[in-house]
Amino acid sequence: MLFLVYKLTLITVILLVSLGIAMYATLLERKFAGFLQDRYGPDRAGKWGLLQPLADGGKLFFKEEYMPNTADKFLYILGPCLTMLVALLTSAVIPWGPPLVIGGVEYTLQVANLNVGVLYVFAIASMGVWGIMIGGWASNNKYSLMGAIRASSQMISYELAMGLSIAALIMMMGSVSLNEIVAQQQGWHWNVIYQPIGFLIFFICALAETNRHPFDLPECETELIGGYHTEYSSMKLGFYLFAEYINMFVSSAVLATLYFGGYHFPFIGRLGLSPNVAAILGMVILFAKIIGFILLFMWIRWTLPRFRYDQLMRLGWKILLPLALLNLAVTGIFILLKG
Amino acid sequence: MSLTNRSKVVSNKKFSFLESLYLPAIFHGMFITLSHLFKKKTTVRYPEVKRPFSPVYRGLHVLKRDDEGRERCTACGLCAVACPAEAITMVAGERQPGEEKLYREEKYAKVYEINMLRCIFCGFCEEACPKEAIFLTDRLVPSQTEREDFIFGKDKLVEPVDQRVDVSKRQSQKVLDFKKDKNQRHNS
Repeated sequence: MLFLVYKLTLITVILLVSLGIAMYATLLERKFAGFLQDRYGPDRAGKWGLLQPLADGGKLFFKEEYMPNTADKFLYILGPCLTMLVALLTSAVIPWGPPLVIGGVEYTLQVANLNVGVLYVFAIASMGVWGIMIGGWASNNKYSLMGAIRASSQMISYELAMGLSIAALIMMMGSVSLNEIVAQQQGWHWNVIYQPIGFLIFFICALAETNRHPFDLPECETELIGGYHTEYSSMKLGFYLFAEYINMFVSSAVLATLYFGGYHFPFIGRLGLSPNVAAILGMVILFAKIIGFILLFMWIRWTLPRFRYDQLMRLGWKILLPLALLNLAVTGIFILLKG
Repeated sequence: MSLTNRSKVVSNKKFSFLESLYLPAIFHGMFITLSHLFKKKTTVRYPEVKRPFSPVYRGLHVLKRDDEGRERCTACGLCAVACPAEAITMVAGERQPGEEKLYREEKYAKVYEINMLRCIFCGFCEEACPKEAIFLTDRLVPSQTEREDFIFGKDKLVEPVDQRVDVSKRQSQKVLDFKKDKNQRHNS
């Protein structure tokens, strides 16, 4: 019973936190874009525009609910729901901090300690394209379909390189459990130091998987007038837009967990803090890393122009894939020589 | 021969290895955007901060009163004739005995309307006015939701006696001299 309550609380908290962070990521994005362009960004709704996300949400709820009459009704509604669901699923396996000890009982800050955590993340991430594909198809609009097709071929092209870069990591770690991977990165042993190329490939692929600039070809405001969500309005559109920010949050969390030591930080073990304080500090550190990654995502978005489609494919198949294979081979040779 | 010294020689040279990686260029670009993060922002936070207007800014019109508070306009119609957008209409009226405190001359404008949607704020009405009655000021025409509300009558155009509108910036000595110059056709 207690177990159930604890898991439910944890799930609720993680859900709310990821929704909250995604919500304020929209504000952060607009603020950040403003500052990079010598503007202030939104600052009218509340102090520093802090109520802007609420206003945006309210606006989306009150927008007219429009559905094209040739659309496939069921799939049309399923699309955004699936996107949102898949975006939220990944956070289940991420270890958010070291275990808390309350009243002699140990509470791990991870909803499901899957022993195949990495594979789960990977499987769910590749599901992400389903919502886009279904939405684009169901809209019965050529631009939407084009965006959806672009999204799916982009996913396929980048997932290979992503998988191979993770494979090299798994070979080094000898485990596919996220908990285990984080535990092995204690102190300075962050994976990014041992796998810089792998990290770079994974990072680029993460940008492509979340449909962020410079790989936002499925959306492409200027070419496809919004791509797969052209025909969507009201909160269905909101779901699509919002899922992108949740995806960004989750991929930042995965990046931080896999390559940047998760909740570990050097010299924290030497401070002599009590385990619970250390656990909370670890959580804060993980969130700082995540927000750092979100900022990096945004920084890239507001710097780089969008790829052309053939350039995107060339980068995926001709550069990242061979590089990832090479990385895999070199890692294998090192492991062989060492042990 | 070049007309300007801004022409650039186009080069199709092959990228070096470092350039073909794009990463240095990307980092350079990201450094540029980062430097903008700390630059002074150009935004003017409008309702709190207002940009200074040019002294000759041409905004909302005002129908001036003279020093004793009498309306200057005599409904001669020169402004309406001068108006290229045909935004001004007026109906003239005769001053009745007892109204000497209200109107300066025997004839006055009963109705004076400017359609702010037609007006192009060229200031020709001001130039044409022989009585120094109409001026364009540095006030803005407020936004409205109905087209009818953009037709400004005397209630909005004539300055209140207790709230005089300052047009001294537009009445420089040069302007006043020009208006009195008998060699100019409009003054004769």
